Amino acid sequence: MEPKKPALKFLDIASAVLIAIATGLVFFYAPMEAVMGNVQRVFYFHVAHAWVGLLGFMVAAVAGVLYLRTGDLKWDVVEVAAVEVSLVFFFVAIVTGSIWARPAWNAWWTWDPRLTTAAILELVYAAYLMLRAGIEDPERRARFGAVYVLLGFLSVPMTFLSIRLLRTIHPVVIGGGGSGAEGQFDMSPKMLHTLLFSVFTFSVYFVDVLWHRVRLGNLMQKVEQLRLKVVR
Amino acid sequence: MNPIPPAEAEVHPSLGSTTLAILWKDLSAELRSRELLSAMLVFALLVILIFNFALDLKPAIRREVTSGVLWATFAFAGTLGLNRSMATEKDRGCLDGLLLAPVDRSAIYFGKALGNLAFMLVIEAIVLPVYSVLYNVNLFNLGLMMIILMGSVGYVAVGTLLSTMSVQTRTRDMLLPILLFPLVIPILIAAVKASAGFLDASPWRDIAPWFNLLLVYDVIFVAIAFMVFDYVVEE
Repeated sequence: MEPKKPALKFLDIASAVLIAIATGLVFFYAPMEAVMGNVQRVFYFHVAHAWVGLLGFMVAAVAGVLYLRTGDLKWDVVEVAAVEVSLVFFFVAIVTGSIWARPAWNAWWTWDPRLTTAAILELVYAAYLMLRAGIEDPERRARFGAVYVLLGFLSVPMTFLSIRLLRTIHPVVIGGGGSGAEGQFDMSPKMLHTLLFSVFTFSVYFVDVLWHRVRLGNLMQKVEQLRLKVVR
Repeated sequence: MNPIPPAEAEVHPSLGSTTLAILWKDLSAELRSRELLSAMLVFALLVILIFNFALDLKPAIRREVTSGVLWATFAFAGTLGLNRSMATEKDRGCLDGLLLAPVDRSAIYFGKALGNLAFMLVIEAIVLPVYSVLYNVNLFNLGLMMIILMGSVGYVAVGTLLSTMSVQTRTRDMLLPILLFPLVIPILIAAVKASAGFLDASPWRDIAPWFNLLLVYDVIFVAIAFMVFDYVVEE
């Protein structure tokens, strides 16, 4: 087993430190939101996790295209790593969103475009993992996975668009006036700093976790090859 | 036996004629067995029956849920057809035979997709009048039929590709709805809304966004399925 690369070790430590600082900022630097109070503080990590989830989805789609073009299994490892990591990040975003939504909207869940799209995204990922689990041949597993990730990448924005045509109550805090949205608020500079820092923190953390998962994927491939050698 | 002709003398059937040949094969096989259509039809009627009791389709409720019930029925019956049509190819080794044929593989995709579309349209053509009679709603509406055609095209475009994938996995029939439904949600939303719009005789301005969404979805997914089908049947 090859040892961890120094850069990966550095990322481990950096993400731990950054997450500690971000937590500190959320609780002690960012001001209390006037209407919603302390529960609004979940917003910083919520947005960061949702962002990272989308980032992972994009990484997976790009890796899928690269796999189909090159046929190099390393892209397949990246693709499945990005999907698995994003699945968890998105789930955290949904849970933190629910925690905020309960006091702000007086409901854990609504069928708002973003919420529905997030739920469907999770289902697409879950289907992706089930598809992979049903295929033995690594080559075919990689091809089908790449095709499915690509289809999901095209379909999910359309889902968002189609539900958006109905009405939305999700606040649009960044860019665009989401006037009339429930729980809308304007960010003070300190809030914006905290948010940007959280997004940065979790982007670093995402790279760290993705790297770990890719490393694990490579090790799994090696184990599989060794096992085949023994069986023969 | 004739000697193998030189390359320039080979006859390359066009994409269109190969597609039609595969479509014809599916249709004539179905005309003889009628396995698929009868199963889909009975299943579709059962779904409507279940909705009847689950939603208690009283006249007042019926107006609002008709397009939803119809599309749920088509979507469920559709997976049955998609699964079966690919499973027969796989079970009897026909898929391998098709892949060995020196034809463009896109023709296989388009042939299978057109066959699936034909089956879906037949089912829809039977379900619509039956629903009209059972619930005393007039469904003979040109706009509605256009939406049903467009929705079915998008559904079948993705469904044919995914069923080709799912028959090659260990979990097979179980997998298709799980793979398909999250991806066709935009088409179901748009189709339900547009159908409801036509049934309520809403102004075109209200229907247009859904119509456009359906059109965009159809174009994107037919194109992408055409591009990636090779990767799905590659051996």
